[in-house]
Amino acid sequence: MADTATKNTMERGLWPRIRTVGFDGMLVSFGDRLSEPANRAALAFRAAVEKENWEGVEESSTSLLSCFLRFDPLARSHAEIEAQLRQLLGRTDWYAEALPKGRRLWRIPTVYGGDLAPQLDEAAAVAGITRDEAIRSLSQARVRVQTIGFAAGQPYLGELPERWDIPRQQALTPQVPEGALAVAIRQLVLFSVTTPTGWRHVGQTAIRLFRPESETPFVLRPGDEVMFPSVSREVYENMRTSGPDGGAEFEALK
Amino acid sequence: MTGKLTIRRAGPVLTVQDRGRGGYLAYGLSRGGAADLTALAEGAALMGQSADLAALEMAGFGGEFVTDVDTRIALTGAEMSARIDGTPVAWNVSHLLPAGAVLSIGAARTGIYGYLHVGGGFDLDPRLGSRATHVSAGIGGILQSGDTLRIGADRSDEVGKLLVPEDRFGGGEVRVLPSLQTDLFSEDIRAAFESTAFHRDMRGNRMGVRMNFDGPGFLVEGGLSVLSEVIVPGDIQITGDGAPFVLMAECQTTGGYPRIGTVLPCDLARVAQAQPQAVLRFRFVTMAEAVEAERRHDANLRALRGRLTPLVRDPRDMHDLLSYQLISGVIAGNEED
Repeated sequence: MADTATKNTMERGLWPRIRTVGFDGMLVSFGDRLSEPANRAALAFRAAVEKENWEGVEESSTSLLSCFLRFDPLARSHAEIEAQLRQLLGRTDWYAEALPKGRRLWRIPTVYGGDLAPQLDEAAAVAGITRDEAIRSLSQARVRVQTIGFAAGQPYLGELPERWDIPRQQALTPQVPEGALAVAIRQLVLFSVTTPTGWRHVGQTAIRLFRPESETPFVLRPGDEVMFPSVSREVYENMRTSGPDGGAEFEALK
Repeated sequence: MTGKLTIRRAGPVLTVQDRGRGGYLAYGLSRGGAADLTALAEGAALMGQSADLAALEMAGFGGEFVTDVDTRIALTGAEMSARIDGTPVAWNVSHLLPAGAVLSIGAARTGIYGYLHVGGGFDLDPRLGSRATHVSAGIGGILQSGDTLRIGADRSDEVGKLLVPEDRFGGGEVRVLPSLQTDLFSEDIRAAFESTAFHRDMRGNRMGVRMNFDGPGFLVEGGLSVLSEVIVPGDIQITGDGAPFVLMAECQTTGGYPRIGTVLPCDLARVAQAQPQAVLRFRFVTMAEAVEAERRHDANLRALRGRLTPLVRDPRDMHDLLSYQLISGVIAGNEED
């Protein structure tokens, strides 16, 4: 941990960085490797951008270490937006900002391995541990929603222990189902849709993360913490039919 | 008077589309919306109505449609064979579809996505601020035979207008901006990327299209451990096997595969509409060139209404009122499929 902290401080000189994304996007990045302060900085900076309500800015979002802005370059030039961002960056030490308020700790029951999650053994092998060690490690980890992305309501969670620093697969898995828990590069993704992916499918949950028909269509929020306790297939089958939460429960975090 | 449209026979991928829903990127929901936004604008111009109204997007093939009231329609985007009660009707023209008449729309001839517009638009209840079906997020759904769509109130009765469409069918040059990971790719790889002839893969959909090509692919060292970062429509992602995927309207909002560049928004319809045999080539441009291209495109869209021309008919062709061909290059609709 000490090494990571030193590294972060050393690299701080290059960050934050402002870059364009495609034609109408601007990205403020607070680092290039996962770190808790950079993730917090991105969340806090986006909240500030939202508050500014700049003319010509159409929406904003966060990714793991960055705040993204979509704007209309025909109304406001890239240079103008960049200058505004730079000014806002100078206002405070974003790395020292607090996490968002109203965070929660979720427990989402998970079946590890078997035909429901066929890549557990493979992922354990790549991580250099046994299957049982993999289940223990993943089911005991307490991870944070670092960002919502890829698909509607879908969290990227981290950070897992060092041993889970495994790459994505070369080829895409043609399809993982909604509720799939997948691992790569010290992160978990809990899939909100059925989709192809390069991440390895190690667990299966019964939670529905995106409910377009509901008044609260998005379940998880950035900053929430999540655990994935191991349950039997039988318990999982019961939870599948019990409603969209799939047996998940949460408590408020102070 | 408002009515409804019944889908008597549905093609494989019919969806209601508008310009999509912005504002939910932070929750992982991409904007979605029509695969060919220019076609949406052209339809709005032909109908003399707002481009915010919803139209029916038809991927590859149309279907059979009937309305219960006289309805103004226009067909834009990829040209498909179209008939009203057996009489061929021209694409990119506004027509009257009489109540009870059967509009049949066949296979696409010049592109992939065709659009059926109705006067007043399709009147669905907006969800999260838009009527657009987002297939991958499960908002709305792919329409089936027997489904009906409410038609909004039409404030106009003008038909018989023609619009020559913006050229975007049959492949061609696609302009690309450098993006976040472009520097990961060596100059050699970028040069090879620009000089390669690509073909849109048959399996392309509203999320993305794979580009087929001859050659070794465009892999980069360390490309499989890139941290997930924001994705925008038009991003060209290089997956594990080295093939480029151009991400489309319903793309994921973040991703970890390296991206070699981003297609300009105004050129994305060219990718969406390329048939598999068409050749696509990518060319990097500067931001200044991109701004200029987008400005021109925006001006073209704003000028669409001014470019409408009346469908002037030759008396000798009066038996074939609906399919009169005004200028060369405009499909009359009476060719063999």
